[in-house]
Amino acid sequence: MTYKQSEQAMAASEIAGNKPAPGKLYILFHPRQWNLRQREAAAAYAFISPWIVGFLIFTLGPMLASFYFSFTEYNILDPPVWTGIDNYRTVFFEDPLFWHSLSRTIYFAALALPLGLAFGLLIALLLNQDIPGVNLWRTIYFLPSVIAGVAVAILWIRIFNPRIGILNPFLKGVLGIENPPGWLNDPDWAIPALVMMSLWGIGGTMIIYLAGLQGIPTHLYEAAKIDGANSRQRFRHVTLPLMTPVIFYNLVIGLIASFQYFTEVYVATNGEGGPVRSTLVYNLYLYQNAFRFFDMGYASALAWVLFIIVLLATLLVFRSTPMWVHYEGTTRR
Amino acid sequence: MTTTTAKQPKNYNIFKRITGSVRARTYVLKGFTTIVLALGAFIIAVPLLFMISTALKDRNQLRASPPPLIPWETTMVEVDGKEEPLYEVVVDGQTQEMALIKNRPEGKGLFVDPANPEVTYELVIADQKEKRHIEIHLENFKEALTSVPFDRYLINTLIITFVGMFGMLLSSSLVAYGFARFRAPGLNVLFIVLLSTIMLPSQVTLIPVYILYQKLGWVDTLLPLIVPLFFANAYDVFLLRQFFMTIPLEMDEAARIDGASYLQVFWHIILPQSRPALVAVGIFHFLFAWNDFYEPLIFLHSRENWTVAVGLQTFNAIYSVNTHLIMAASLVMIIPPIIIFFFSQKIFTQGVVISGVKG
Repeated sequence: MTYKQSEQAMAASEIAGNKPAPGKLYILFHPRQWNLRQREAAAAYAFISPWIVGFLIFTLGPMLASFYFSFTEYNILDPPVWTGIDNYRTVFFEDPLFWHSLSRTIYFAALALPLGLAFGLLIALLLNQDIPGVNLWRTIYFLPSVIAGVAVAILWIRIFNPRIGILNPFLKGVLGIENPPGWLNDPDWAIPALVMMSLWGIGGTMIIYLAGLQGIPTHLYEAAKIDGANSRQRFRHVTLPLMTPVIFYNLVIGLIASFQYFTEVYVATNGEGGPVRSTLVYNLYLYQNAFRFFDMGYASALAWVLFIIVLLATLLVFRSTPMWVHYEGTTRR
Repeated sequence: MTTTTAKQPKNYNIFKRITGSVRARTYVLKGFTTIVLALGAFIIAVPLLFMISTALKDRNQLRASPPPLIPWETTMVEVDGKEEPLYEVVVDGQTQEMALIKNRPEGKGLFVDPANPEVTYELVIADQKEKRHIEIHLENFKEALTSVPFDRYLINTLIITFVGMFGMLLSSSLVAYGFARFRAPGLNVLFIVLLSTIMLPSQVTLIPVYILYQKLGWVDTLLPLIVPLFFANAYDVFLLRQFFMTIPLEMDEAARIDGASYLQVFWHIILPQSRPALVAVGIFHFLFAWNDFYEPLIFLHSRENWTVAVGLQTFNAIYSVNTHLIMAASLVMIIPPIIIFFFSQKIFTQGVVISGVKG
């Protein structure tokens, strides 16, 4: 209702001689009678309305729809057919590829996540020292994370290639390894190869650690020094506890990212997940079901199972925080 | 000044005893750190150098195994109308440049002086030094970029990136302002909902969204990659809100007393103050959109709508033998992000600080 209409309505009701009772609902539709707080609330909702609309159209609506599809058989062309919990029964009891792709994903995460967290912290610690050319070193370490994606995967396919690559000649010639693995051609080494590829882009994790390290107040180190703590003790009792929130952040982000791992493995295997399905990670399997087999119902079920797994894993990490994450309550900005 | 570590066991720190003074120890430590970092930086840089050098080689140069990082090419010389490799040969204690014209058994070869091809020398090839020179093939770039319509991909990517960036900045900053500066019932709950959507795997919403676009006829157009950005991005809203909260509230209030509307406060006070945050969020978005592969792969089917990332992946799948051309195309794809990164290095570290990762 526009201002004009509401004015007309008010005028009309005055002529009729019946004063309207200013009920909540009445006020809601008469912006002129809003008090300051109500005006502020209206403005707030006006400003956030793009997100609310987007949330309903692109998040909440699709979530409900995908939940519904997960109980149907649906190939887009024909209307969805209700099949009850059939999809979920297939996922858990009849589809060996579900368990296979899940275990491949967990294998990838179990290698990439701890290595990424540890190396990222180690490099950040080194880059936090006052050494010559520190800005240059920071730039070099961060650079690969800027070019993440297709180009990186294409580059590393060549590096791993036993014939034209540079990794195996290095392993043979410099480290003296007789039979270097075939990397992406070898089912046993394909996932470790992808882990190495992902470690190259460690700069993103590293830069977050670095920001955290720079936020540690120097007076804490000075106090520890006065108390006679050596450098190892200062690291153990000052740096590490104060860095746990940042480690926690990187852990959660990394956990979610590794369950959604897709681009590099798609490019490296042309979307097949080979050799012999050794790199068929969960998200790739989901993609194949949805956009190659157009089995939207089954893919929706897979997506919901993924969602629940990620949610449980994240909750588990959150629940573990009192054991190891140290919050410096007062220094929060 | 010597260190006394009385309370610690005797051999607690051999390192300390060897290096003696604190200052010497600091220097040794710094030197050690620098060496470790330089070594790591070299390992990080080698793949990039490999990409650059491969992009500059031709098919013939690619045959060398292991591939040298410098694009060497064997120097050839014409002998009797045929191209033959040139060697530095030691004959009678004198170094001479000679061409290898024929292989002989037992690793030997027939060498001649190009100026005087009648006299042949039979020598062990392995003992002679092959003459080589650096040869770069810049025409690879032209060939790579014209063998598939990369200009088309580039235009698509730029449209998606920049129109999307405009929509994202506009909508996200409006929403962030709403969350940063107002009190209203339910607003905090909505903010938590917004934060939780960051953690939601996109796969959960992807299929219905795809079907929605299919029904709207948007699949295989650029719209699915642009339109949603006009409805704010949760992560960017979060980042911008954190930044808006650092702007003193007194400035808003003064403007409000002077009769400015909320929108005017937003436009004339909040946005100008937040330029660094807006630039940071814009750059993050640029990198994301430029490198994004998943969504373009799903929504764009026909060749003329592809982005650089999808085009490059397909180029790689089809022309995989032409490593030099693929590396040239890849190099072109990574140059814009690298340029952006070099011009905005500070913003990256600041951007992380803005996001309030700390605590």
